Amino acid sequence: MADPKKYDNRLGLKGWWGGGRWGFERYLYTLHRLTGLGVLSYFVLHIFVTSSRAFGSVAWEQWMGTVAGPFFRVGEFLVVLAFIFHAFNGVRLILIELGFAVGPAEEPIYPYKTSLNTQRPLMIAMMFLAGVAVIVTGYDFWMLH
Amino acid sequence: MRETKFWTWHLLAGCAILILGSLHMITMHLDGVLGLFNPAGPHALDWANVAARAKQTAYVVIYILLLGTALFHGFYGLRNIVFELGIGKGARSFVNAVLVIGGLALFAFGTWAAVAAQAV
Repeated sequence: MADPKKYDNRLGLKGWWGGGRWGFERYLYTLHRLTGLGVLSYFVLHIFVTSSRAFGSVAWEQWMGTVAGPFFRVGEFLVVLAFIFHAFNGVRLILIELGFAVGPAEEPIYPYKTSLNTQRPLMIAMMFLAGVAVIVTGYDFWMLH
Repeated sequence: MRETKFWTWHLLAGCAILILGSLHMITMHLDGVLGLFNPAGPHALDWANVAARAKQTAYVVIYILLLGTALFHGFYGLRNIVFELGIGKGARSFVNAVLVIGGLALFAFGTWAAVAAQAV
């Protein structure tokens, strides 16, 4: 990682919410971070709650009773949504990081062209797949349980 | 160079979570549609299903791998976000220590639970 003292992060956390003529992908960046932090927070609690299985069925049922209300159910579904988005957007980011779907390198001749237009079909495909996963999971979550 | 290695591990851990985490999510949240790894019926959180999965060595290995990769991926991501805020050297060392000790403690606890649950 670059030395943060050398490259000042002028906007800080405010930069997550906007900073000029940013495209849709820039807001996916913010959502990727927010969902990552959300899933991580849940994950730490999840480790403690699910470890109750090591103490037997009584401890397990007790914990499941504690986290069974509508508040936790809605929260759990939000975590599922966050996981699905983070996963599909993460695939997009890894593919772009590895040089896929960005198009060939071109000489920077004015008027400059952004490679975002080349990347956009991948973004649309990943968000579509994420949407399908949300619908299937939502059906199981809300209709079958 | 060291950060490049960490970043590469971050991406690799993300790929591993994509497979292992998806398997976990399919088991837990598509139990009604697919019913995979739920031998006692379509409710993944029923004790009978939880105990059955806990006794399967393959599933225990999946849990431990998922635990390790998710903790590394999550805590390294959090570290990057915190470091980007431009905190000082002392604060960075403190964040590193908290995340490494916290991550190892959570990994040890989660691994113990996965192994101990086999005997329940």
